[in-house]
Amino acid sequence: MRPNLILHVIAKFVIPLIILFALYVQFHGDFGPGGGFQAGVIFSAAFILYSLVFGLETAEKIIPPHWLRILASLGVVIYAGVGIESLILGGNYLDYTLLGSTQIAGQHLGILLVELGVGITVAAAMLILFFAFAGRGRE
Amino acid sequence: MDFFIGHYNYWVVIILMMVGLYTVISRGNLVKKIIGLNIFQVSVFFLYISLGTVEGGAAPIIAEGVKVYSNPLPHVLILTAIVVGVATTALALALVVRIKETYGTIEEDEIHNLDHSL
Amino acid sequence: MIDVVINITLLAFLAITSIAIVRMTNLFAIVMLFGIFSLLSAGLFVVMDAPDVAFTEAAVGAGISTVLMLATLALVKRPKEPYYDEAPRTHRAWLPLIVVAVTGTALVYGTWDIPGFGSPDAPSQTHVARYYLEHSMPDTGVPNTVTAVLASYRGFDTLGEVTVIFTAAVAVMLLIGGRRPKPTLKTKDEEAQDEA
Repeated sequence: MRPNLILHVIAKFVIPLIILFALYVQFHGDFGPGGGFQAGVIFSAAFILYSLVFGLETAEKIIPPHWLRILASLGVVIYAGVGIESLILGGNYLDYTLLGSTQIAGQHLGILLVELGVGITVAAAMLILFFAFAGRGRE
Repeated sequence: MDFFIGHYNYWVVIILMMVGLYTVISRGNLVKKIIGLNIFQVSVFFLYISLGTVEGGAAPIIAEGVKVYSNPLPHVLILTAIVVGVATTALALALVVRIKETYGTIEEDEIHNLDHSL
Repeated sequence: MIDVVINITLLAFLAITSIAIVRMTNLFAIVMLFGIFSLLSAGLFVVMDAPDVAFTEAAVGAGISTVLMLATLALVKRPKEPYYDEAPRTHRAWLPLIVVAVTGTALVYGTWDIPGFGSPDAPSQTHVARYYLEHSMPDTGVPNTVTAVLASYRGFDTLGEVTVIFTAAVAVMLLIGGRRPKPTLKTKDEEAQDEA
């Protein structure tokens, strides 16, 4: 790929901001628009931009594909694990009330963990999709 | 006029839905068929969000001094449906890529000719 | 009033864009127009008081799905053909047009009974929606009702959705993950190349 100086400099400047924004959307989703689904997609967009600008090989060095497979399943495991944890504590499946000292605290913790699981799975799944399509082109 | 404003959204939803359906059943190119399916999908999103809107309402984020909110339930359903939609679209596109690698074409007519199935 | 004007204008743009998508034959242009279509829908979701949905549509529809479609176009392109045109149709599509016209008319007839856009006493506003809006603060302490319903009230639903995304990613990985294998049969393109 022909290196493009402007593209490289701007991308290096913008990518950290995109990741920061994704984290904001992830953890501020309780109070404003946002949540795990949006944050995951924005987070993966940062890495897609990186691999479009710097090449697929470089991007795969930063996030090896087998990590992505682990992360994608880890998100689902976190989500289902919160449900099982509330079962162990004596509540119903995915009933977060017993996770904290009060109902509000429990619900807050439960929603935070569940959204985290959603965010991890969505981000990893989107990157798996992109790498699969982009990697198919090389022989 | 009130009747027009009150039903305009639903009519545009139906136009989009029919455009999507027409693309799916009349075009032979598989990528274009998938785009038709996506247009159909977006029209369903608009149907749900239109049904959830309340006149003079605010976004469903609880705040002091706001009395009327739009319906949060369609937002939840569509929010998840959009992300699931892109995942299923990617699956369909992956199938198209495999069809191209096997048959060498993504035109439906040519695939039928190669299979002698029409 | 300004809301209504913006709403009507953006929906008209959306309908025009969708018809342009059907009528065009250049797949590259179609995919770019589809990105514009998604961006317009995101704007409309903001007008309809759904910022969460608009957020998602802008990131997913205008971003990720456009990138995935462009990647697909690069993979399915015919050799020595820079423009990804779809093949010309062999016959006029009258039957689909009739089917679509009849279905559309029936659906428009059905809208006569829908309560008007934005009416506060429509059946969709009077059941669970009111419960969620009144109880989400005391129940969960989360001001964003959409997050409360998504993660807490309808947690099972979201667990299912996350599993669907995971499954789709696994399926794509199985279908086209890894490098392309050497073709066993000669494809049409390669036969054309051999002849040339």
